[in-house]
Amino acid sequence: MMDTPILKISGLTMDFGGIRALNRLDLDVHAGEIVALIGPNGAGKTTFFNCLTGIYAPTAGEIILTPPQGGKSISLKGLKPNQVTEKGLARTFQNIRLFSQMTVLENVMIGRHCRTRAFILGAIFRNAATRREEREIVEMSYAILEKVGLAGVANEFAKNLSYGAQRRLEIARALATEPFLLLLDEPAAGMNPQETQELDRLIREISDDGLSILLIEHDMKLVMSLSDRIFVMDYGKKIAQGVPSEIRSNPAVIKAYLGEEVDA
Amino acid sequence: MDYFIELFCSGLTRGAIYALIALGYTMVYGIIGLINFAHGEIYMIGAFTSFIVATVLSIYGFPLLAIVVLAGLAAVVWSSAYGYTVEKIAYKPLRHAPRLSPLISAIGMSIFLQNYVLLAQTSDFLPFPTLIPEFAFMEPVAHIVGSTDIVILITTTIMMLILTVVIKGTKVGKAMRATSQDRTMAMLVGINVNRIISVTFIIGSALAAVGGLLIASHIGQINFFIGFLAGIKAFTAAVLGGIGSIPGAVLGGLVLGLTESFATGYVSSDYEDVFAFSLLVFILIFKPSGLLGKAETKKV
Repeated sequence: MMDTPILKISGLTMDFGGIRALNRLDLDVHAGEIVALIGPNGAGKTTFFNCLTGIYAPTAGEIILTPPQGGKSISLKGLKPNQVTEKGLARTFQNIRLFSQMTVLENVMIGRHCRTRAFILGAIFRNAATRREEREIVEMSYAILEKVGLAGVANEFAKNLSYGAQRRLEIARALATEPFLLLLDEPAAGMNPQETQELDRLIREISDDGLSILLIEHDMKLVMSLSDRIFVMDYGKKIAQGVPSEIRSNPAVIKAYLGEEVDA
Repeated sequence: MDYFIELFCSGLTRGAIYALIALGYTMVYGIIGLINFAHGEIYMIGAFTSFIVATVLSIYGFPLLAIVVLAGLAAVVWSSAYGYTVEKIAYKPLRHAPRLSPLISAIGMSIFLQNYVLLAQTSDFLPFPTLIPEFAFMEPVAHIVGSTDIVILITTTIMMLILTVVIKGTKVGKAMRATSQDRTMAMLVGINVNRIISVTFIIGSALAAVGGLLIASHIGQINFFIGFLAGIKAFTAAVLGGIGSIPGAVLGGLVLGLTESFATGYVSSDYEDVFAFSLLVFILIFKPSGLLGKAETKKV
């Protein structure tokens, strides 16, 4: 069972009217890996994430999620976003989508929603179980905030954080749902070099904790330093895959990014 | 001076009821961006349910307190069931439709419920039993403020405090706030958005049902049409305060109630609605997003 990928995608296709945004895409992620998905703007990377997380319903293809430690394989096709999250997949967005009117702590706590049981009656009557659960959620949320370096601003409104801190908070919120596979959509976008370096360290730490990571990123330095394997997309198709050194010298990739060489 | 205080108190009572109903409008709007025009009818159904239960129980000679509590509970449960069902039938299938479709569907639901009650019950005004007695200790001030007013004010205050605790401090409340800020993201952190929407309708309906019971026993009669004007007034209150804002709904309700009360008392009761709606027009001209509403910034 060692070799069963935790995420296996085969023939994934997504049409928007007459436009084929994803064209028979195959991809797999193994336990503990950091996999990068790169490609020029408009290649379909974010569409791909949206199909994985149930925001779009793919036209064709299969998405199979197999939890590590011998869980049963599940197809993610047709599941709603909240159900996908329950299965152990979490994501962040390219443009930050925090609950800006809530505090940093609340943003993380809400990620715990799908893993806890107490509902409205328990919340009103506040029995012992609810109180214990609430305390555990707060403790765990603080632990996550500690990890991303935001424990000091836990009671600040999310909208008042700096840009880099907001990005880290998005990751914290995703972690709170206890995923085994984390999808990061351009986590370094708009970060300065120092913030990017901190992000690099944070992603490694998350990976060391046993999570698998699939990331979309344009910052090639970050991609090359972090990734175990890289998939390259263009016009909805996979044009290359391999370890960083292979990708760097792949002519198809260079062509996609820089255009074709013109022979005189 | 007594007259002023009397008007002030009756304005507060009126406003508290408007606020109670307005909360339903504003919460639903905050979560799915829909004006639930059937909300007034939910309030009317609450009044009818409590009427039926109270009448039956008083025939069996239950004590007054038991009647109030049981009638209130029945109204809350029954209205919530209606609110829940209306959402499932009339709004959920239109979740991804253009904004106008659920609005029309809401108006349709409102007309349907009115006529349903008209056919199932009667078109006549029904005398509502006096559920709130005149308290002896209120005797000295009874000419200024009645016992009913006090009970209404206390009950609505308690309901609003409970609501605040639920919204601010509980997981459901957090999920509601998250859903209203970004529905897709809420789903992605594992929130079952459909369930949260149902909960919102249930809470809004429960508040409206309590409002129905209180005002029916205050005014003393009900018919199938009371939901319409109450709904419009509460909607006005919600817009006045800034639709989507919960404190706004309470403030809007109180402002509207006081305006009506003073207009009735100092000008003429014929002008009650004129003043109420003039106030709405006035506020919308100078502060289109309402008293506590935030101006909406459209993402480009």
